[in-house]
Order: sequence, then C-alpha cells, then structure tokens
Amino acid sequence: MAIIFRIQLMYPESTILSGQTYNEFITMHGTIMLFLAATPLLFAFMNYMIPLQIGARDVAFPFLNALGFWFFFFGGLLLSLSWFFGGGPDAGWTAYVPLSSRDYAGIGLDFYVLGLQISGLGTLISGINFIVTMITMRAPGMTMLRMPLFCWTSFVTSMLIVFAFTPLAAGLALLMLDRMFGGQFFIPSEGGNVVIWPHIFWIFGHPEVYILVLPAFGMISEIIPVFSKKRLFGYTAMVFATIIIGFLGFMVWVHHMFTLNLGPITNSIFALATMIIGIPTGIKIFNWLFTMWGGKLWFTTAMLCASSFVPTFVLGGVTGVMLAMAPVTHLYHDTYFVVAHFHYIILGGIVLGLLGATFYWYPKMFGHCLNETLGKIMFWIFYVGFHLTFFVQHILGLIGMPRRVNVYLADQGWDGMNLISSIGSYMQGVAIIILLINVVYSAIKAPDKPVNDPWDGRTLEWATHTPVPEYNFAQTPQVRSLDPLFYEKVHGDGTMKPAEPIGDVHMPNGSFYPFLIALGSFIVGFGLIMLHMDAWINPYIVVGIGAVLMFGSMAMHSWKEDHGYYITKENIEAMEQEALADERNR
Amino acid sequence: MADNLSEPFEKSAMTQEDQRKNREEQRIQYIAFAFMIVLTLLAFIAVGADLLPAAFAVSFIIVLAVIQMFLQLYYFMHLREKDHGWANTFMVTGLFLVIPTIVALMLLIGVVKY
Repeated sequence: MAIIFRIQLMYPESTILSGQTYNEFITMHGTIMLFLAATPLLFAFMNYMIPLQIGARDVAFPFLNALGFWFFFFGGLLLSLSWFFGGGPDAGWTAYVPLSSRDYAGIGLDFYVLGLQISGLGTLISGINFIVTMITMRAPGMTMLRMPLFCWTSFVTSMLIVFAFTPLAAGLALLMLDRMFGGQFFIPSEGGNVVIWPHIFWIFGHPEVYILVLPAFGMISEIIPVFSKKRLFGYTAMVFATIIIGFLGFMVWVHHMFTLNLGPITNSIFALATMIIGIPTGIKIFNWLFTMWGGKLWFTTAMLCASSFVPTFVLGGVTGVMLAMAPVTHLYHDTYFVVAHFHYIILGGIVLGLLGATFYWYPKMFGHCLNETLGKIMFWIFYVGFHLTFFVQHILGLIGMPRRVNVYLADQGWDGMNLISSIGSYMQGVAIIILLINVVYSAIKAPDKPVNDPWDGRTLEWATHTPVPEYNFAQTPQVRSLDPLFYEKVHGDGTMKPAEPIGDVHMPNGSFYPFLIALGSFIVGFGLIMLHMDAWINPYIVVGIGAVLMFGSMAMHSWKEDHGYYITKENIEAMEQEALADERNR
Repeated sequence: MADNLSEPFEKSAMTQEDQRKNREEQRIQYIAFAFMIVLTLLAFIAVGADLLPAAFAVSFIIVLAVIQMFLQLYYFMHLREKDHGWANTFMVTGLFLVIPTIVALMLLIGVVKY
C-alpha cells in the first residue's frame, strides 16, 4: 500500500488513485502498520523470548496467551474485511470525530471501530500475561535487575498496554455508541464535544508509540552487547530510562494537538514534558554508543541493523524535539515534515530493530542462520532506500507540502524530491523481498547443520537446545549474574548450573476454546456492523449467535476441569539425551 | 484411620503466636468495619440533613469516599500485608498516571483556555 502511494505521488497531478481510495489507503496503511503489523511482530518475539530469557517453562497463562492471539487475529480479520463491504475506513488512522461520525464516514469505519476493539482486547490480554510471567516466573537468582533488557522493555511495554489500551477501548466504545446506537458524545449540535475524541485517542496514541518502540530498544540492547563482546554499558541507567520514558509517555499527549487552540500555558507545559523525554532517550543512545566503544565489534547483519539504528533514531529524535516546540509546530503541522519524523522513528527505530532481531534470533527459533550475504545486501538496499524516501520528506515538509494529499500541482519545487522519495520506497520494497527470498533460501540450504549458539550469546535463551524443547529448560537454571550464560562461560564451564533436580514437568493441554471465544466476538462485531448494511438476516440474530458462542465457550472452559498433563522424568531424560547426541553429531 | 477424620481436633494446629496474630487481625477488621460504617453514616447525614451547603457536602463525601477506598483496599483486601508489593506498585502507578491525566483533561476541555 505504501508503495502504491508513492507511485501515486511520483508525478504531479497523478490520477492512479482517486481521492476516496487514497484516503482509504492511508487510513488502512496507518492502522494496519501500527496495530496489525508492528504489534504482532514485536509480540511474537516477546512471546518466544521472554520465557526463555528469564528461564521459565512458558508464559504464566497459556490459555490466555492463545485467547489473546485469537482475539487479535479475528480483530485484524474484521478490519480487513472492510475492503469487501463497501470500502475501508477513510478517516485517517486517528479517526478524528467529525470525519469519523456517521454523517461523514461510511461503513468502513464501523469495521475500524469493532476490529480495533477486538484486537485491542487481545493485545491487553497478552500484556497482562507478560507482566505476570515476568513477575512470578523468573528462574532462581534472576532478580528484577538481572533481567535482560529486552525483558525489561517488554515489561514496561506491557504496563503501557494495560494503562493505554483501556482508554482506547473506552474511546472506541463511545464512538461505537455514537455511530450505531444514536449516542451524542461527539456530536456538538446535540451537546457533545468533538475535542474529547482527540484527547482520548492521543492519551492512548502516544503511549502506543512507546509500546512499539520500547521492545525495539530492548532488541537493540540485546544485539549490541553480543556483537561488541562487552556487557551493556549502564544497565541500571537503561532500565530506569525505560521506566521514565514509559511514565512520561502518558504526560505528553497534547503535543499531537498543539494546533487545536488549547491555550498557551497548556501548550508550554506539554512542550516541556515532551522535550524532557529527550533526556532518558539520550541516556539510552549514549549507553549504546559506550557499549560499542572499545568493544570487539563484529558486523553481522544483526549488528549492522542495530548500530545503524542509533544514528537514524537520533535523527528521528531531533525532529521530534523540533516538533515539540509548540510555536513552531504551527508551521510543521500537517506537512511532510511530520511524516518524515515518525517514519524515522518507526522505520529507523522499530523496523531496523525488528530486522536486527530477526537475524539475531532466527537460529534460535528455526535452527539455522539466515544467509549473511543476502542479509547484508538487504540491509544496505533497505538503509539507503529508507533515507532516500524519508530524508527528502523533511525538506518537502519545510517547503510546504501538506500530508494526506493525493495530488499536487507541478512546478512548486516538489516534483524532483517526490520522485526521489518514491524511488527510495521501491528500494525498501525490494529489500523486504530479498529478506523473504533469504528466508526460503536459508531454509533450503542450511537445515542440515543446525546451530546452537552462533553468536556467542550472553543471555539464557542460548543456554537451551536448538530447537527449543517444549518444556524450554529440563532443569530450571540457577542464575548467578547479569548476562548469566556469559558469566558461566567466563567463570564456570560454559553451561548453566541447574537449580533443581530433573523431575516431571507439568504442561497445559491444548484447548479449542480460545478460538471459539474469539470467533464468537468476531461474529458479535460483524453483527453490530450489519446494523447499517442491507442485510438479509436480522443483525440481532447474528449478534445473538456470536454472544452465545462466546459466552458459551467461556462457561464451558470454566466448568470443564482441565489439569493439563505431565511429561515424565524418563521422557525428559530421553529427550535431553537425544538433543545432546544431536549436538555432538554436528 | 479414615474413620476419625470428621472428628474435631482437640487442639488447634496453630501456634500461640499464630493465634495471637489471628485475634489481632480480627480485632483490626472489626474496627475497620465499624469505622467504615461510621463513614457511610456521615456521608448519608451530610447529604440527607440539608444542613450543609451543597458544594461543601459534595467535596466532603468525595473525601470520605477516598478514605473508604483506601480502607477497603488496604484492610479488607489485605493490600497492606507483605507479598502484595507488586499489586501495590501497579495500583499506585495507575493512580499516579490516571489522576494527572483526568485532572488535565477536565481543565483542557472546559470553556476557559489555559
């Protein structure tokens, strides 16, 4: 979709997309990228890595984990279905109210409201699950301040989810009442107030940005020490900087609304609060630099992504501070400068973090490394393409090109830079295709020689076998330090000491209920949307079926006792022997 | 052996220390309960007696409500005991985040622009 915009904007007065389609595309681009692409990718890593990194057998609530996933899946499905029922939502990913009210926005926005409501529920459930996992299931000796930084950032992220997705759910519920049941929360002619929506949205929306970027920070903080052969510089400072960023993330939402005329004192307070965030972020940047300083650097693809993340993120941060200055924002507002700023954060921050983490953790997850040559080609094409796309957008914004437009006139000095920007976006597309080719290529080429610990890892996830057994650790490891595996490599014999004798491991049974519960919520959502369709069936019947399915499955799950099963000690010993023999044969 | 399972024990399995703590706990619960009933009565009187001006009565019962909430959480729901550190942390964090947000929101959506 992003590439289609850039095709559209490559030449002035282009007519490939109509204004309406363009609006639907930008809305879906923003919504999908933030809620349905970045979030699940980060959550996948969190779900896989957190139990391994803290030495746990699984997350605290496996049932909730599945439930969260299926809610998320069906929410995304509901949102995407909008294309087949009268067009996607078209009010921007922020869905500001006069635009998103029944008078202006079509049925697509109903899909937006209910799809996000359901997928948000899934995210919330996963967030709670992660918090409980990290509080209750750490291995012996793994104190809070010995947790790997990826766990810490995920922890703060999960807290942000708990505190930020609840206002979003409330806001979406209000919008749903307005659109479907004749509420008047956001209709000024009937005593409502449209300004409340942007407030609620950004009380959620700004923490959401940190929800996405903090795990990326964590990934970078895992990759850089491993490939610098040094422990992370200023670990404690990193942890507290993360917490402070999380806290301040809630105190700055008005900086998205400086041009809403909220008054000078308000704007000054929020401008200052925004600039203060630069301090903990700066601490992090310097800590990454000092980690690399004097280290024995090893530039694999993962390290290339992680180290180039630092300057790119600084660029995004600097424009962020520029945007934080309330008076000047009146000039930047709604120009491409803003677009350039947040793409530097999202692509230069989150996507580079994700790419790095993919290359770093791929051998752990799939048993073989990704091809490094293809990886480096991908990285350079992506990196150059990314800067080509978005750097010129700063200048485009400063010379006045507004965002969210589908056409512009020729000879305003915008033509050349738009062309460059479009070419850059194709390069990014090519890079992602190379990554996909790499996945297939490596899968065909490499599985004969699985690797256990290819990067000389420092944290616990590299201490188990590859592929990871379903019980993660046969014996819970005893943690003696930060970077526990590295500590054992230096001071011990290179393996983790067990904290318990081998015994039976309790495992949860698989369950079909999470799927049914989420399917029920999906049917309820679809039934509510059908209220405004010419449906051949009474929508309330559909809502009823969905509700029965959802609450029925919940009740079934509550009443049917399921104690899980045990993997016996003998089985575990056999599996361990097999894994060890496997490793010796490599 | 299984025959006498339903018979009462002659002596409690708890130590003297445990029993003393239990009695203490019980006493505290009673006092907290009585205190909360008094607070509720005060709130009813404040509104029902028509003696106080409305503005004062409203702020007065809100203060009472806050005290009630803390009593409930810390005494009845055992939040003050040890091993409740994380629950405490999260609740305090939630208040810490939500109160400034709501206060700011109330100020910001008013007619007066600050």
